[in-house]
Amino acid sequence: MTDVILAITVLWGFIFIYAVMATMDFGAGFWSMLYIKSDKTNATNIANKYLSPTWEVTNVFIVAVVVAIYSFFPSAAYTLGTVLLIPGSIILLLLAIRSGFLVFSHIVSDYEKPLTYISGITGFLIPAILILVLPITHGGFVDNVNGVEQLMLGSVLTSPHALSFVLFAVSSTLFLSSLLLADFSKVAKDKHAYEIYRRDALILGPVSLLSALLIMITMRYEAFWLFNGMMDYLFWLVVSAAMFVVTGIALIIPGKNGWTGLPRLGVVSAFIQYALASYAYGRAHLPYIIYPNVTIQNGFTDPASFRALFISYIVGFIILFPGFVYFWRLFMKDERYIKNEH
Amino acid sequence: MGDVVIARSLFGTTMGFHIIFATLGVGIPLMILIAELMYQKTNNRDYAIMAKRWTKAKAVLLGVAIPTGTIAGVQLSLLWPGFMEVIGKVMALPFQIEIYAFFVEALFISIYVYAADRISPWMRILSVTLVTIGAAASAVLITNVHAFEGTPAGFRIENGEIVDVDPWAAFFNPSFVVTAGHVAVSAFMTGAFVIASVAAYKMLRNRGNKRIFQFHRKALMMGLIVGGIFSFMTALNGHESAQQLHQFQPEKLAAAEGLFKTQSHAPLAIGGFTDRETQEVKWGLEIPWALSFLADDRFDTVVVGLNDFPEEYWPPLFVHTLFNGMVGIGSFLILLSFLGFLWSKILKRPTFPTWLMWLFVAGGPLAMLAIEFGWIFACTGRQPWVIYRVMLTADAVTGNQNLALLFFAFAAIYVLLGIAVVLVLRYYFKRHPLEDEWKESDSTTNGIHA
Ligand code: HDD
Ligand code: HEM
Ligand code: HEM
Repeated sequence: MTDVILAITVLWGFIFIYAVMATMDFGAGFWSMLYIKSDKTNATNIANKYLSPTWEVTNVFIVAVVVAIYSFFPSAAYTLGTVLLIPGSIILLLLAIRSGFLVFSHIVSDYEKPLTYISGITGFLIPAILILVLPITHGGFVDNVNGVEQLMLGSVLTSPHALSFVLFAVSSTLFLSSLLLADFSKVAKDKHAYEIYRRDALILGPVSLLSALLIMITMRYEAFWLFNGMMDYLFWLVVSAAMFVVTGIALIIPGKNGWTGLPRLGVVSAFIQYALASYAYGRAHLPYIIYPNVTIQNGFTDPASFRALFISYIVGFIILFPGFVYFWRLFMKDERYIKNEH
Repeated sequence: MGDVVIARSLFGTTMGFHIIFATLGVGIPLMILIAELMYQKTNNRDYAIMAKRWTKAKAVLLGVAIPTGTIAGVQLSLLWPGFMEVIGKVMALPFQIEIYAFFVEALFISIYVYAADRISPWMRILSVTLVTIGAAASAVLITNVHAFEGTPAGFRIENGEIVDVDPWAAFFNPSFVVTAGHVAVSAFMTGAFVIASVAAYKMLRNRGNKRIFQFHRKALMMGLIVGGIFSFMTALNGHESAQQLHQFQPEKLAAAEGLFKTQSHAPLAIGGFTDRETQEVKWGLEIPWALSFLADDRFDTVVVGLNDFPEEYWPPLFVHTLFNGMVGIGSFLILLSFLGFLWSKILKRPTFPTWLMWLFVAGGPLAMLAIEFGWIFACTGRQPWVIYRVMLTADAVTGNQNLALLFFAFAAIYVLLGIAVVLVLRYYFKRHPLEDEWKESDSTTNGIHA
């Protein structure tokens, strides 16, 4: 593997991990808001149990993605930084409100509801805007005005392709998070919350698949080069769709002790589904980072820097791995934590 | 041209706001750690309660520290794409390693806060230790990028191309150790003085209630002792920072001191305002020969004056005031902690006079002010360069025109978050008075955190 491929693979890995963690994070925030009014269910508590310890760790991943972009592909970062000034700033503003009010809502019990609404809604908007980075890299939205690259925000917001990405981001966020929370509720042995999240996942799964189809259809018209590339990876896409079916089955087959479905299997198959699809997307996207001007080759960093960075990745991973395992054991597996009220 | 000013204002505002929370994010965990250790040593539950309450405050502050830090990191690319292109090629390591420090901090702060009742006391202490190390390391690493801006190393520019990149030489650029050390010790010092401030204020408010008074007195003494030690280290290390300016960025030192003529036996100017026309510091106090001695430990050291540099490369002259403010506050706080220590441990007085208490209350805000002065001095004093003698700030800025609106949007968010954080902290500690903690801890004896 050449250095460039190694770099883009690491970057892809980070983006994928962030995408999954962020959907869980923002989705859990949304569900916690949606069910806050009903006193009958524990669904909000379940969402908060997931959210409280994880949101900081999730946030580090977005920083890691940004840092990986500018350390591996500095020239791409130049163009992205210039073009994304407005959407990037909007995301940052939303993120500031979202994180701040998420923390505040847990501390100020008298105003928990309004604060949760603010963080839930801002968090819900973030993936919808964040995903726009992808269609922007497909080309056609950047204009050169007096030597300065400028984003044509109007064309982005009216492009069916970009809008289908928005739909996809929103529905996937809600789909994946409800799936995960269903699993989490099962660990907590909270049947009522489980049924709610299982139902939500069953509704949202098909919506997310339809929006993925919509992306492919509009891509054919707006980014033919990419569509062509993805057709080379049709096999991966088909397997990905098959995994979606597996998730669906996992949610409806009868399980033990009167619990319908095997949510853990559903989480795993959905994870594989998204991994395969984004692998196909990522491969087809190569060699372009931003079509048609920035490729992985012409945007690449200095080789000496790359080697030093790569060594730091390995060392960092070895140091951090036990910490992640310990964290996982304490919050995702320990029933004492998950079951306990507040 | 106008856009450079707006971009600088926007970035400076972001950093000025982030740094308040970041500094406390480095300083408070150290105090929590010390409180935890004191609890293990003395078995006095007051220390456990302190650790618990400071952790709550830290959790709230993190809610602002993390998003504003994320803004800072992303804004670097959005506002200064030219700068970040160079950083990406040469100086990416500290950013990358910083990510690991963030992870360490984020994982273990969650463990400390949400799993405290399920882990052993030593695991808890290990967790806070890792939080402290993670926070300090992230500060040290990001400061390294700032150090690199002042003393770039590890690359050359040939025909506009970056060549001969040596990332580790860039990482260990000449001012890294001293600058990063300064930021770390000044953050520990500030955290301690802020704790002492709050404690002193609470003592003034609760003179009648002996138990509350004693509780805060313990916190005050901890703050003063830790703050005293670290303010002394800050001053020593700050002196080294100044010597490095003499060596590597002489025009910055000249601007800091309002020195125009290159000379040996140069005088140190304290206070006053630098006048560009008459080339002197007006209304200041001059200590003969002192600057030469400070710059390189000898009275005959030749200190370079501003006149040796083209005027277009002069830093703004008001940095003199910022530098004086920082050093003045530093010296004052050393004295203050020393006085508090003397009063309590040598003279063995159980209470402090009211005027001294109010000075303690002022200590925390003053330390924070010194942090702001220090950063604005360091960043503004580097102007017009974003990378000293390599890249002009004006060449690094984004080509986008519509920054003014963004400036107001971000400023509004910072005001909103700033007000909210104060209200949230006040609300929480009003709702959870010390008495409740005692009641709770008298009825249960195990586990610190409810
Ligand atoms: C509580 C905060 C605080 C206190 C009391 C001091 N400093 Fe400081 N100083 C900082 C907080 C700080 C800082 C915020 O951390 C800076 C800004 C950038 C940096 O590297 O550290 C800084 C920068 C800074 C610089 C500029 C470095 C550069 O431009 O690269 C010098 C020369 C000094 N300091 C010197 C001193 C001296 C002689 C002090 C005597 C007591 C002092 N500082 C106290
Ligand atoms: C955290 C405390 C910091 C504060 C309060 C601060 C403050 C400022 C201010 C006020 C400016 C505008 C300067 C001017 O135009 O006169 C500025 C510029 C800048 N600072 Fe800092 N800064 C801080 C830390 C850093 C760090 C750690 C870095 C490096 C990673 C950094 C990099 C820059 C850059 C790139 C600019 C923009 C270009 C320039 O004006 O030189 N700053 N900062
Ligand atoms: C340009 C300068 C800076 C950038 C780009 C920056 C970036 C960041 C980022 C991205 C975060 C959030 C980390 C997360 O997601 O968990 C953060 C938080 C933090 N930063 Fe800054 N920072 C800067 C300056 C500083 C300085 C000068 C200090 C120390 C004096 C500092 C200390 C911290 C601390 C302690 C936190 C809080 C919590 C944490 O580490 O997660 N930062 N910063």
